[in-house]
Amino acid sequence: MLGRITAIMVKEFIELWRDKSGRIRLVLIPVLQMLAFGYAATFDVAHVSTIVLDTDASQESRDLVARFTASQRLDVVAIATQEADIVAAANAGLATVGLVIRAGFARDLRSGHGARIQVIVDGTNSNSALIALGYIGTIVARYSQDEADDFAGRLGGAAAARPVTVTLEQRPWFNPGLNDRWFFIPGVIGTVTLVLIVNLTAFAVVREREVGTLEQLMVTPIRPAELIAGKTLPFLVVGFVQVALVVAVGTLWFGVPFVGNPLVLAGGTLLFLLSTLALGLLISTTCTTQQQAFATNFIVLNPIFVLSGFAFPIASMPKVLQWLTYLNPLRHFLVVIRGTFLKGVGLDVLWPQFLAMGAIAAVLLTASILRFRKALE
Amino acid sequence: MSTGEPDAIVVDGLVKRFGAFVAVDHVSFAVAPGEIMGFLGPNGAGKSTIIRILCGLFAPTEGHVRVSGIDVATDPEGVRARIGYMSQKFSLYRDLTVLENLTFFAGIYGVRRRARAERIGYAVEMAGLGGREGQRVATLSGGWQQRLALGCAILHRPRILFLDEPTSGVEPMARRRFWDLIHALAEDGVSVLVSTHYMDEAEYCDRVALINHGRLVAVDTPGALKRAGGGRPLFVIEPADLGAALAALAGAAGIASASVYGGTLHVAAADPHYDAADLAALFAERGVEPGRIEPTAPSLEDVFVDLVASDTRTGGRAA
Repeated sequence: MLGRITAIMVKEFIELWRDKSGRIRLVLIPVLQMLAFGYAATFDVAHVSTIVLDTDASQESRDLVARFTASQRLDVVAIATQEADIVAAANAGLATVGLVIRAGFARDLRSGHGARIQVIVDGTNSNSALIALGYIGTIVARYSQDEADDFAGRLGGAAAARPVTVTLEQRPWFNPGLNDRWFFIPGVIGTVTLVLIVNLTAFAVVREREVGTLEQLMVTPIRPAELIAGKTLPFLVVGFVQVALVVAVGTLWFGVPFVGNPLVLAGGTLLFLLSTLALGLLISTTCTTQQQAFATNFIVLNPIFVLSGFAFPIASMPKVLQWLTYLNPLRHFLVVIRGTFLKGVGLDVLWPQFLAMGAIAAVLLTASILRFRKALE
Repeated sequence: MSTGEPDAIVVDGLVKRFGAFVAVDHVSFAVAPGEIMGFLGPNGAGKSTIIRILCGLFAPTEGHVRVSGIDVATDPEGVRARIGYMSQKFSLYRDLTVLENLTFFAGIYGVRRRARAERIGYAVEMAGLGGREGQRVATLSGGWQQRLALGCAILHRPRILFLDEPTSGVEPMARRRFWDLIHALAEDGVSVLVSTHYMDEAEYCDRVALINHGRLVAVDTPGALKRAGGGRPLFVIEPADLGAALAALAGAAGIASASVYGGTLHVAAADPHYDAADLAALFAERGVEPGRIEPTAPSLEDVFVDLVASDTRTGGRAA
């Protein structure tokens, strides 16, 4: 029994090492994901290209435009002479924001009735547009406040007339710098192991089916349970090595703090890996060629990725999809990862996630083993 | 062959259906210890299906199959521990070396550690792979891969060997060597059930089973099959115009079959008393020049073509 499992495991490791594309998958996927999410992925919106149409051309309008120019977030890239220029710039993608200050702006302001400006935003990328609008709102609010103070001062009311204000004191917990990298890098542990382990497991089985060695194995005295154990245990080991690798690079190279208990993360990893192994096995039972397996992996892994909270907040999803995410092992694993990395919480907080992952792994493993045995017969 | 020992393989009334398709149709035969039984038949005749049922890969729809005295349906794992199986695909791990493949299969078959080195050494020697133990299987030629696959299949000293078209795609010299190995194994008492579509290989078997449309058309020694030959006289003719001669024979009274062999026609008569003069008269009547007409002894291939043709015509009722 143990001899047969060992024989398969040894063979599996040799094949994994000899297979050039397998080795590339093993190293390249984690490295690329780390680079992509460590350096490229950020929610920050900076240097929003802005075009300005100022038909008022007053001291006040120039002051407002200067505040846009001075902002780190917005870059005034062009001055328009007519509204058509803004349309053209938006169509060509040269400007994301158009600021329109019409004639009469300064006059209205001085009258004390308040003045209007118009902001046009290219909403193609809704997220960036929303954030840019936030920046503009802040700039305009400050300008408005300053103008109001100035107006009140000139009327002679001075400090007494100044309205009461509320000051917001911000102190983000767990990630004081609101560093996107701290959010993404721990998540990469989940996505890398998901993609890699599902792929490796599915391909390891489908390859044998395609080449014909699976049939050869079936006429040996090996039992299905031994075959499944021998074919999945190596990838459990590979999974743990991958996780260790990503944790090491994330903390040592990208400086993401790890404040929790490594054993809690290891326990969560084990439960998650069992789900990914089962998923790979399940996919392998539906495919006869490696090409099919590749396509199926793509179809299956994409929703898991999107519905995990890795990048898109689950709270913003429609209710039905939110319920669906509870069936997603990656969703729970990400909570465990981020909880251990950034918050340092333990099983007292994370037990629901452990329970959910354990249940998902049990269901997936049972289904995959039953299907696998059936596929062998 | 019959040494008084119980038969190694007993197949009794075997039927296998896939939906409405009957892949194996009431097949019964037995293989004695040390006997080489050849399965001969067109592609899709059911040869592989029968072998797979014997290995426990498919469950029979009807009938009983005993291998090494064990019912395959009730104890497939017990059967698998006692048999060796090799298919035309030579199911080896191409990225692994010769030695790694042998070590792997020794582990899978549960060959004891003490016996392992000896068995692997034997397999390496048998396959003629001495000095190439560290070579990747992918870099070996077809003949070597074939002998290595056989070596892997006999590591656990099985008493019964199933070979499913083991020589397809291998050059003639390597095929010849492979058959020497099969004979050596049979002399040690191993029963071999081997399917092939090479007629010359059927001559190397102790007995041959002709299979057509899932039915067992005939089982006998190659010599007996040829002697029987359906009891029909056989003639070789060399007409100038093959097509015209074939057309002249089509549907002619007294003619059982006619088939092309290179530049000649093999013509089997239905009547045992039909002779060369009758055939010449037939051609004269149709105005076709038959060329040289010579009575000949049927080869195994003639017998095979004849039996398959009459079996297909009658739908198995005559057989």
